Amino acid sequence: MRSALTDRVLDPAALLAEVSASRNGAAIVFVGAVREVNDGRDVTGIDYKAYSAMAERELAAITAEAVERFGTSDIVVEHRLGTLAVGEASVVIAVAHPHRAQAFDAARYVIEELKRRVPVWKREHYADGTREWVDPTGRPQQVVS
Amino acid sequence: MNLKVLLFASYADALGSDAVALNLGEGATVRDMLGTLRSLPGAASLPPSPLVAVNEHYAGADQVLRAGDEVAVIPPVAGG
Repeated sequence: MRSALTDRVLDPAALLAEVSASRNGAAIVFVGAVREVNDGRDVTGIDYKAYSAMAERELAAITAEAVERFGTSDIVVEHRLGTLAVGEASVVIAVAHPHRAQAFDAARYVIEELKRRVPVWKREHYADGTREWVDPTGRPQQVVS
Repeated sequence: MNLKVLLFASYADALGSDAVALNLGEGATVRDMLGTLRSLPGAASLPPSPLVAVNEHYAGADQVLRAGDEVAVIPPVAGG
């Protein structure tokens, strides 16, 4: 079990290797990446910012919850911070488990709770030169050109 | 008591700073802190009940604050 925020490029293959073990019959790697279009606007990149101390604590708590709920300690989560280009991975979740159902469920649990609880924010850069903080609960919040 | 309140993302932009110092009475709650925060320039654009964390844990409006607490006002999170 491990979780981290990092400024470095994420490596899904390394995380998969980290959770792999002969006791496990299934392994899942979820990769979240920067999409080229959001809400009909052309996106050229995203700044990810965090309340780092709390985000690390909350991400560790979610990982521990998943370990407890789904019965595997082979869970590794990394979230990237900084400025990312389209196509770059922003989050990687690797889970291995003796059985596939629990592996899928654990990966799903971690990403959904991460999106609900971990204090990370993203500011999208658009093709027209504007930037806006993304508010998943509604419209973008602030224009910073 | 003097309290430092951390601001992030759109809220930091709205108030023009990533931290503000507030002077609150003893026994002040999270709700009281938000009321004082709202009187600052730029804070009117904050939602009525933003999320608040105290010492890195989400806190309810009735939680009592103490000198030295690390208080943060948390915009809608958008990780992943």
